Amino acid sequence: MPWVLRGLRDGVVTTSYPRRADPYADGFPGTVKPLGHDPILDGRTVEDLCPTGAIRTDGGMLRVDSGRCILCGRCVVQRPDLFGWTPGSETARLTRDALVVPELPDTDDAVEQLRAELAARTRMLRRSVHVRHVDAGSDGSEEWEVLALLNPVYDVHRLGIFFTASPRHADVLLVTGAGSHGMTEPLRRTLEATPRPVVVIAAGVDAASGGLVAPGYAVAGGIATLLDVDVWVPGAPPSPFSLLHALLLATGRIQR
Amino acid sequence: MSVSVLRWPGTEQVTALAEELDQRIAGGQRFAALLGRGNPATGTVLSALVAHDGGVTPLSAQLPAGVTHYPSLTPQLPAAFWYERLIHDLVGLVPDGHPRLDPLVLPHREGGELPHPGAAGRPARIEPDERALPVEVHGPGLFTIPHGPVRSGVFESVEYLVETPGEDIPHVRIRPHAKHRGLQKRFEGLDVDDGVLLAERVEGVASVAHALAFAHAVERRAPLPQAAGLVRALHAECERIANHLDVLGKLADAAGLAVAAARFGLHKERVLRLVGALCGSRFGRGVVVPGGVSGLPRLPADAVSNELDRLQRGIDGDVRALCDTPSFLDRVRTTGPLAPDLAAAHGALGPVGRGSGCADDARVTRPYDAYRWLAPPLVPVRRAGDAQARMQVRIAEIETSFHLAHHAVGDLADCDTDTLATELELSAGRSVGWAEAPQGEVVYLLEIGADGRICYCAPRSASLHNLVLFPATFVGDILTDFPFNEASFGLSIAGVVM
Repeated sequence: MPWVLRGLRDGVVTTSYPRRADPYADGFPGTVKPLGHDPILDGRTVEDLCPTGAIRTDGGMLRVDSGRCILCGRCVVQRPDLFGWTPGSETARLTRDALVVPELPDTDDAVEQLRAELAARTRMLRRSVHVRHVDAGSDGSEEWEVLALLNPVYDVHRLGIFFTASPRHADVLLVTGAGSHGMTEPLRRTLEATPRPVVVIAAGVDAASGGLVAPGYAVAGGIATLLDVDVWVPGAPPSPFSLLHALLLATGRIQR
Repeated sequence: MSVSVLRWPGTEQVTALAEELDQRIAGGQRFAALLGRGNPATGTVLSALVAHDGGVTPLSAQLPAGVTHYPSLTPQLPAAFWYERLIHDLVGLVPDGHPRLDPLVLPHREGGELPHPGAAGRPARIEPDERALPVEVHGPGLFTIPHGPVRSGVFESVEYLVETPGEDIPHVRIRPHAKHRGLQKRFEGLDVDDGVLLAERVEGVASVAHALAFAHAVERRAPLPQAAGLVRALHAECERIANHLDVLGKLADAAGLAVAAARFGLHKERVLRLVGALCGSRFGRGVVVPGGVSGLPRLPADAVSNELDRLQRGIDGDVRALCDTPSFLDRVRTTGPLAPDLAAAHGALGPVGRGSGCADDARVTRPYDAYRWLAPPLVPVRRAGDAQARMQVRIAEIETSFHLAHHAVGDLADCDTDTLATELELSAGRSVGWAEAPQGEVVYLLEIGADGRICYCAPRSASLHNLVLFPATFVGDILTDFPFNEASFGLSIAGVVM
């Protein structure tokens, strides 16, 4: 009995997202964005600022690859004139290229095509989605953020999203980690055991590109070499709102 | 000694190392780690770390080129059991007389390519060779339940081989190698600013503690600005609170207390949001830099204090209710007993050690940063050694963490905050750094090369040191006790296999 009353103690703490905007989600420093064009920094290129090579200067155009950015903020601190934080948690994308800010040319068309193809594939599972998480070499923090989706603040059960113990019941594979060689085979067998249609989400920069962990003798440098990825989530680790955005995007319940 | 010199030529220094370890342990010091570096073809080094009041001392033994075997330390020093397996996996040295040299982080067969941390060269790709793993079950009616590496629920990948006649668990074998990421080798060649970022990713749920231990190794006890010490302590204590709440939530979940699990999940989310508001990262990443911290808390002192108060009130009530729920206590009491004499002999760390009578806490015995002048935290110690004792230790630690965090915030408001980091003079050489993570003491053995870059870095998490004790805690337990044992250990596999 005391637990029933304790459960009522703080009233409703659950977010209304995606029905309504959430101030925490909108204010979260989710990505780094280039602000200017100057690619020269005291004789060194700005690319050297980044420990994971996320900064590109193609043809004077400054770009940040969120799929590599570990959000350390070094570029923002050292060159606040060139880089700034972009608040917002709706950071998941349908192609690897779409993680680059500002957008690469032709990304939009590719995304539209993928969106249509994914929507056709996932039409059957829109209101009830079962997610199987697989750790393919994470640092452990990603699991905390995935588990947070089940706490009362995010409470994904209200959206018909459930975590399942068996890949046999799964519609979505949520994969974290850089793709350690030791997980290649377990990951392949998990995918094989999952019924079709299946949506694969690469959760976090480690899963997208290997992040700071790659290159190395023991990791693949992202899971895309191990299986086909449908949705990409940046962040190190991705915040729970970004993961929720990815799940909604994966099932066509949100458009961008 | 003469016998071992005859049988293992070139290993005189290992014998001397073993003797010195013996003496130091007999004198009350604690064996903290055994680490290896180099390539047997060109020469290797074994380094033992010994923890004592005031510091952690590295002791080394050199093995000349061509020496591949040495007399194992494990028969005299059981705590070296996993470390020698790790060294065999990464460096390729064979400890003769080791009771069971199964692969731990990188299964391989003799003659295969190895990473050789600290040696020149960088292998492009090494696949784990699972044929090197033994498959054996002994005893009438015994069978093995393989559990993992993809487990039921959101867990880190690890494989537990539960050997059972049906309900009892006479033995559990742990195979954590699936998520080995080769981080030791990855450190090599980085500068210290990138190195601290990688240290944060060795064990992501203890990012701050790992960054601190790494930074301490770089700083070699150079004096830091007072404000930097306080910001570090504030973040380290918030991290401890979040980790301990995670364990309480998992214990409640294992007992099927849905409301309790939800309540602790809510508290943990609030702690992570507070940390995010303080520094921009929910895990305190980017706060610790070698020489100090990257910035001050981004919230005013009274806002932090108020939020800490609100959190503590909410947590206190739920903790009291949890400790008053008989159906829950029945599940943790006497579950997963770790005998105090085994814990002491192994030098068990953190809440696992403190639940079994080992009082060592780096914040008190080897204080660093603000812990040098903040009132030392009371170290809660229990002797029962069961899951309940480990839980009680964590509950008491949450309270002291709030206390320390409050103090740090208060002192920060009164101290000079113009300088947050000191310029460090990096010089080549070897050093040790340590910090008390929520899981127990983290130690880094670091060597900086002449170019100012890392040429060797061996992190040793409390998770690695403690996990080897896990199979010893199933005496009298049955399969349904497993989640309580696991949650009460509160370890991270990422930090074990790196």
